[in-house]
Amino acid sequence: MTVFYSAMKYAVQVNAGPCSGNAGLSAYRFILAALEAGHDVVRVFFYKDGVYHAFRYASPPEDEIQLGRLWSELALDRGVDLAVCISAAQRRGLLCADEARRQGKQDDDLAAGFRIAGLGQWLEAALLADRCLVFA
Amino acid sequence: MKSFLFVMRRPPHSGVRLSETLDALLTAAAFDQRVAVLWLDDGVLQLLARQQPESLALKDTSAIFKALELYEVTELCVERESLQERGLTPEDLILPVRLVGRSEINALIAGFFAVVPD
Repeated sequence: MTVFYSAMKYAVQVNAGPCSGNAGLSAYRFILAALEAGHDVVRVFFYKDGVYHAFRYASPPEDEIQLGRLWSELALDRGVDLAVCISAAQRRGLLCADEARRQGKQDDDLAAGFRIAGLGQWLEAALLADRCLVFA
Repeated sequence: MKSFLFVMRRPPHSGVRLSETLDALLTAAAFDQRVAVLWLDDGVLQLLARQQPESLALKDTSAIFKALELYEVTELCVERESLQERGLTPEDLILPVRLVGRSEINALIAGFFAVVPD
């Protein structure tokens, strides 16, 4: 028997940080389930305190979930686009190597698999998607 | 063109939260999308007249709301019960808004492609 279903394209936004709620973990699990079910995730846009997911040097205790590492793996192994809002990131002290150099600093705070983007990229993802989800 | 409903439920001036929501709202409007705003619960306080956020070293978000018309954001809805529960009337607000009853909120939300919380 052939099973017919139509794959959906999801745009995901994460607005809460990893230390202040479960929104990030819920988003991660949703994305994983969507991919397993054959759907597409156009982009994950990290906004507001959600940018805290993208800090390279976040080091939770060993016996806690390593959500940052899981996000990186999602990008590197599954090709999910992880975009971090530049203005929200700079406000919170998260500088990618380019921006740090521009400001005369030596940081490179962005974890592997994430990239810096503007709000236009959030909107573009919404326009490309069938559904838009915000985890706040 | 897609439609975006920004649902404002929190009071203003608690950090940069509302400023960041407005940045997203203005981005959607600048890209010529249909953008509407619904104020619910404590979110109605965002529209109160005579705010003085400068004393909290925060931006005056109410000034941005007053500029929404320039971005052709004209669908501005406030839940009637949220106003009443706080002892407010439309005359206390900085903008003319459309009052929507609680029983109509679900249908309003269902009419939009994306619902964005504040």
